[in-house]
Amino acid sequence: MTQKTEIGYNSKVEGEVIHTTVDAAVNWFRKNSMWPMPMGLACCGIELMAAGCSRFDISRFGSEVMRFSPRQSDVMIVAGTVTYKMATAVKRIYDQMVEPKWVIAMGACASSGGMYRSYAVLQGVDQILPVDVYIAGCPPRPEAVLEGLMKLQGKVAKEPWAKQHFKPTAQ
Amino acid sequence: MSTTQEIEIRDTAAKVAAADELTDVKGEKMVLNMGPSHPATHGVLRLRLEMDGEIITKAEPDVGYLHRGDEKIAENMTYNQFLPYTDRLDYLAPLANNVHYVLAVEKLLGITDDLPERCQYIRTICCELARVSAHLLGLGAFAMDTGAFTVFLHTFTEREKIYYLIEALTGARFTTSYTRVGGLSRDLPEGWLDELSKFLDEVEINFDETETLLTRNPIFLERTQDVGIITREEAIDFGLSGPNLRGSGVEHDVRKAQPYMIYDRFDFDVPVGTTGDCYDRYAIRILEMRESVKILRQCIADIPGGPINVDDSKIVLPPKEKVMTNMEELIHQFMLVTQGQDAPVGEIYFGAENPKGELGFYIHSLGGGTPHRLKIRAPSFVNLSILSQLLPGHMIADVVAILGSLDFVMGECDR
Amino acid sequence: MTTAAEFAQQLKNEFGKLISKPMEFRGEITVNVADASCITEVCEFAKTELDFDYLIDISTLDHYGEDPRFSVVYELSSISHRQQLRLKTQVTEEHGELPTVTSVWRTADWHEREAYDMMGVKFTGHPNLTRILMWEGYPHFPLRKDFPLEGKPTEVPDVAFTQTAPMDGGPFVTVASSENTTHREPRRRNPEDDK
Repeated sequence: MTQKTEIGYNSKVEGEVIHTTVDAAVNWFRKNSMWPMPMGLACCGIELMAAGCSRFDISRFGSEVMRFSPRQSDVMIVAGTVTYKMATAVKRIYDQMVEPKWVIAMGACASSGGMYRSYAVLQGVDQILPVDVYIAGCPPRPEAVLEGLMKLQGKVAKEPWAKQHFKPTAQ
Repeated sequence: MSTTQEIEIRDTAAKVAAADELTDVKGEKMVLNMGPSHPATHGVLRLRLEMDGEIITKAEPDVGYLHRGDEKIAENMTYNQFLPYTDRLDYLAPLANNVHYVLAVEKLLGITDDLPERCQYIRTICCELARVSAHLLGLGAFAMDTGAFTVFLHTFTEREKIYYLIEALTGARFTTSYTRVGGLSRDLPEGWLDELSKFLDEVEINFDETETLLTRNPIFLERTQDVGIITREEAIDFGLSGPNLRGSGVEHDVRKAQPYMIYDRFDFDVPVGTTGDCYDRYAIRILEMRESVKILRQCIADIPGGPINVDDSKIVLPPKEKVMTNMEELIHQFMLVTQGQDAPVGEIYFGAENPKGELGFYIHSLGGGTPHRLKIRAPSFVNLSILSQLLPGHMIADVVAILGSLDFVMGECDR
Repeated sequence: MTTAAEFAQQLKNEFGKLISKPMEFRGEITVNVADASCITEVCEFAKTELDFDYLIDISTLDHYGEDPRFSVVYELSSISHRQQLRLKTQVTEEHGELPTVTSVWRTADWHEREAYDMMGVKFTGHPNLTRILMWEGYPHFPLRKDFPLEGKPTEVPDVAFTQTAPMDGGPFVTVASSENTTHREPRRRNPEDDK
């Protein structure tokens, strides 16, 4: 059953009452406050910082708080080359994040190893983490990072939250 | 006394240590692992600190978390093909890395004297612009770590202006891959020098603003003065370079000691510190940026017209009209793209003044278009080696100030 | 002002047969030290008598197929005289070690660790000769010519793994040798070999 509108508002009903589905509400809360955990490893980290600064302002999209603590963040943005030596640390930090969590692989190195096809580089962070959005570029422009975040928001908006949390009871 | 000991036992490691030596009144040592993912370590550096309370007794830096195998990759690529990898070494000043790499290759090929004047001026502009950009970020990050977040936002706004200029020049905001062996990939666009002049006026105002916020700020002074003192002998013995070396009173700037390109034509000073503490290194960076602006102004005033590439089809790709019509140029184009420039047998070392220190390339060639060995002498790698000597005796909060003042980049350190 | 060539000559006068005739290429002076085990004395003399107080870099070269296999290259610089000098010495594969110069310049500590990590050349007397860029326990020496660019599968302690990087169809198909590119890296790909 597809939904045409997310909210229904009837002004004849008293004042500020909005009808919506639980899914829509929960996903709306989640996607508009995605706190990133910036795993800024290399050059892409600088563009991530630029995306967070005044010109490109990632906090317009709700990612105001760039906390370096995995326990307090929702999305891990892997920005930069992941080497085999670093892979264990990245995985450990991902495991410490609390559900629900998502991963954005930013840049060519995080998506597929980039131009470093060598003995020390993990060919894509998706070999150790489940990635939701890949952003191409070396480094991607901050606008591309924002586009990637918006794509992730689109993905989160479609998540069937209620189905996963409420099992249908036998009638 | 015994009550204090019971309260102090907070973590299991200390508990175990205390259980064995109940009469040891010296205190337990705590091992703290800082990084590799840490906001203040400026990249993936891991510090293993042994502490007695707040004072550090032993420090071991652990690098290599960003080791990507650049030197082995270089053995499989022609000299021009390796250029994008040099961007990503010190990724805060990619233009400077590009220029210094091609200068090293040109030294090997022996064509340093054949470079046209305009090319040298444009390369100098690139280097100094990259120096301003790198120091802006270094200072911004240093200030942010010591608590002054506004400075970071201010310097990043100026950097956005630099990115705009660089994008007009090379096509990319950073990771530019702008220079080529024997010249440059493209000439300056129309009106770029005027934009640059306008920017230089604006950035000097920004330097004044940053200085207003930091130079006489009592909190900043408390955190950085007499913290992380590196003596002159230590600085030379540990091979430091760049602002770190000059902060300790050693007047050594590669641009003045062994001038390369056209640096001997410009009138600029080299700031040198006295105490060797974090504050001196900060002050030197601000002054160096002002000197860079001076050099840039002189470049803009004196830049000549003319070609930007060496006039030799065996080094630089010939123009497309000739390639499509003449046999000889077609063959040269083919050989340059597939085999690369034919370097002589021999080895050279070329060191240059990168914003972070002395970036050096040691190229050993057995002939042909690819190097037999390319060693990158990274200033950040050497600058970090002093940490195990420098940190013991400081408090844990000073570590952040010291790391910020040393201004290293892990992309360069680990290659 | 004393030039690098004069410094090299003074070095040769002091050590005689041990030091080769200074070679000049592109304005740089290189001097070969015949016996690697005497490198510490030579460096000590260079630092104290000739004022070469700054060690810029230590590199290693792998002459795969030749004997002695490894060369170790020391770039020295004098800050007061503004001159640079290069010292080279050779190490065979069976012996594989030479004395450390950490007692002369403390910066050699990390340079020698990297040389050990990447090339497998050991430095006797080094305070802490452990791997610095690869993780501890990595069994190979990456910069040797017989080690492929794509790596070999190994285990990383605590959790992970390493695999070889995919090189199929790419231009970086290397064959380990010291020869030039055309032999080591055949660039022509046959379309029927592409998957």
